[in-house]
Amino acid sequence: MDDIETKGLTKKFNGFTAVDGLTFDIKKGELFGLLGPNGAGKSTTIYMLTTLLKPTSGTAIVGGYDVNEEPDKVRERIGIVFQDQTLDTYLTAFDNLDIHGRLYGMKKEERMKRIDEVLDLVELSEWKNKPVKTFSGGMRRRLEIARGLMHTPSILFLDEPTLGLDPQTRRHIWSYIEKLRKEDITILLTTHYLEEADHLCDRVAIIDHGKIKVLDTPENLKKQIGGYVVKISANNIERFADALRKEKFEITVDGDTLSLKTKDIWSAIKTSSEIAKKSKTTITNIETHAPSLEDVFIHYTGMDIRKEKAEGGEMQKRMKRRFGG
Amino acid sequence: MFNLDLSKVYAIWLREVKRYLNSKARIVSSLGQPLLFLIALGGGMSALAPEMHYQTFLLPGIVAMSVLFTSLFAGVSIIWDRDFGFLKEVLAAPATRETIVLGRVLGGATTALIQGTLILIIGIIVTGLPLPSIESIILMYLMMLIMSSFLVSAGIAVASVVQEVETFQPIMNFIIMPLFFLSNGLFPLEKMPEWMRAISTFNPISYPIDGVRTLLTAQGHFPLILDFGVSILILAVLFSIATYLFSRTNI
Repeated sequence: MDDIETKGLTKKFNGFTAVDGLTFDIKKGELFGLLGPNGAGKSTTIYMLTTLLKPTSGTAIVGGYDVNEEPDKVRERIGIVFQDQTLDTYLTAFDNLDIHGRLYGMKKEERMKRIDEVLDLVELSEWKNKPVKTFSGGMRRRLEIARGLMHTPSILFLDEPTLGLDPQTRRHIWSYIEKLRKEDITILLTTHYLEEADHLCDRVAIIDHGKIKVLDTPENLKKQIGGYVVKISANNIERFADALRKEKFEITVDGDTLSLKTKDIWSAIKTSSEIAKKSKTTITNIETHAPSLEDVFIHYTGMDIRKEKAEGGEMQKRMKRRFGG
Repeated sequence: MFNLDLSKVYAIWLREVKRYLNSKARIVSSLGQPLLFLIALGGGMSALAPEMHYQTFLLPGIVAMSVLFTSLFAGVSIIWDRDFGFLKEVLAAPATRETIVLGRVLGGATTALIQGTLILIIGIIVTGLPLPSIESIILMYLMMLIMSSFLVSAGIAVASVVQEVETFQPIMNFIIMPLFFLSNGLFPLEKMPEWMRAISTFNPISYPIDGVRTLLTAQGHFPLILDFGVSILILAVLFSIATYLFSRTNI
């Protein structure tokens, strides 16, 4: 059974279409990633799926209930870790979790047990009774994750879970997320970090300007766009390149190095070393590059996700002003 | 009509009260202004017109002033919650909007009553006022609860519509000062100039202040039943408006 099903999910704000006809299914227990630049409509999608924003049109079924028809039923089943901080910093970690548990109708015994469990998961047990305002950014993020899991939701939404965190904390958070997937929980994660989507997700939807450009497993996505690049440095580079071109390889030359695109890395290396032998070329270096999601991203959106950031900032600010992020 | 879950109302209440108790500096500092009014204004006026017993007349007004500040602040602080993100946590929870509003109203009212009680205790010591009967004290607290609840509701209503943190301070100044000065908090209705009496009579906070005054010092102006009636009516109206506006608020 699918845990999340959307059909033509659309959100317009005063004529501006933030999310444009999203249709996708997320299977039970799957870790699904929405990958896209800032302002692509990821957060807006999460807000609609978590009943915080009403879709302009289209439907979404989350945990078996329609977000429009039975938002309360949906809310009971989901956990959310928002992109920006939503903790009460004047309260302790315990109080934040305890009040959350009460709001989700948990009994006292259950709350106490679960508070210890989730704090243990994110390694904050020692900080249980400290006020959140004394926590570092990474600790707050971890506490947010703990709180999202507090009421044992069957579906978890993670909106940019590692945004603005140092690489070490990011690895930490990835490891918590990996622990979760063993617990049969369905996770929808948004990110604009390519390596994050690649590292964690079972399937990834690349989203841009509110539309899904492509949706598949990270492996298939990388395969689809034609694969590996082999860089070979050698003497007589032009003659060598011509010889390779005759074998129908796609070659570009830069200085004394040529780049060769291939789907089958081993036969490409084998063929080129045979040709080198025949043409008396001495190969001085060989490097291979596996395709990255970044290549996929550039292929489908026609831009580099890193360069797009500055441009996306203004829209993000406008959205934040109106919808709080 | 209202779909309430009392254990969740309690959760919201608990958060408000814990937050309040964790900010001891705020509790103490917000005693300053009301006490300054009571001691300096009250002391000065008493010397000017000793036959009026102004300081005892003023005490209920100052208790009300403290309740007014704390309650409106508690309601309007939703603006802060929106800015600091906690509002999202609350709105995403499986709790109805009425549940959230009631939790906040009762939470805000609790902090306001604690604040009012502190002023009352200091005020009774300063003025040497004899303690009223237990029945009067109970009725007085009921009155303060009603007043505080409608003021928190008013604050929530404002915060649901106005969303920018920058407007917080102007709103507070714009609402609180006129509301308090143009009421019977500082001056008796019967001694006011005509225009001021007209405004004060329509000022919603004049009724609970009058009620508290009747119960505490027997210097009230209206019949107690009218004070209660008007206050409850205002509470019903403002609570409904607050719930309506809050249910339409954005994250």
